Amino acid sequence: MSAAKSQIRVRDEGGVHCVEFVERSIIDEAVIRQIGEELLKLVDTAATPTLVIDFTGVQHLSSAALGVLINVHNRVKSRSGQLRLCGIPKGIFEVFRITKLDRLFQTSDTVAQALESIG
Amino acid sequence: MATAGAHPPSQIRVTLHEMRVDVERVQREVEGAIRARGYDDDAAFAIRLCLEEALVNAFRHGNRLEPGLTVEFRADIMDDGCIFEVQDQGEGFDPAGVPDPTADENLEIPSGRGIMLMRAYMSEVAYLDPGNRLRMVFTRKR
Repeated sequence: MSAAKSQIRVRDEGGVHCVEFVERSIIDEAVIRQIGEELLKLVDTAATPTLVIDFTGVQHLSSAALGVLINVHNRVKSRSGQLRLCGIPKGIFEVFRITKLDRLFQTSDTVAQALESIG
Repeated sequence: MATAGAHPPSQIRVTLHEMRVDVERVQREVEGAIRARGYDDDAAFAIRLCLEEALVNAFRHGNRLEPGLTVEFRADIMDDGCIFEVQDQGEGFDPAGVPDPTADENLEIPSGRGIMLMRAYMSEVAYLDPGNRLRMVFTRKR
């Protein structure tokens, strides 16, 4: 059986993992599960995990996807790392605001601003 | 409140057997019906999100992903809003039993936000006796 196609694209920006999603709709349970596994692997294999997750172009996202992001946040925190979310479209940000997750996550408008905010 | 309005309601009735395939099929049918009535992107986003939450909950928490159990979906789509019903074959659900995910002590718990999102985007959300039939009303903003 061939390995499932990766659901994230990762590039290194001076030691920071910058992550983009392959799918514009993060709603399918299998896709969400795979995103979670890939992100947690990224966190677990870094000495001090530092991630910027870019939501530019994301059109849909479910509460299950929020659950994955919270798991990633908790894992990064437990390993004394840093996590930033950026480029969140207006409609998606409303989902974060309704669920008060805008208080949990540090967000920026752009990747550049997210990178600047990392100490 | 959603009413029949100038044009008769579009009715969608589906028995869902397989979560991934049938949820997507329902989403496509509903999106086609609301777009035909000129619903905008914000309305389509809200309806898609709430249907995803409701239907996945019905399979996962209602039917406990048990093979052979089905979910009944009904939609009445009108010019000024929609009425959706999702019924699973579980024992019923008490939404009062879900802890408030926005409380400071619960913010880092990764579940329990689906109902909150449905309540935010829909004008009415009710679990009907015995708690395995969800009724949601979407009121269109103009």
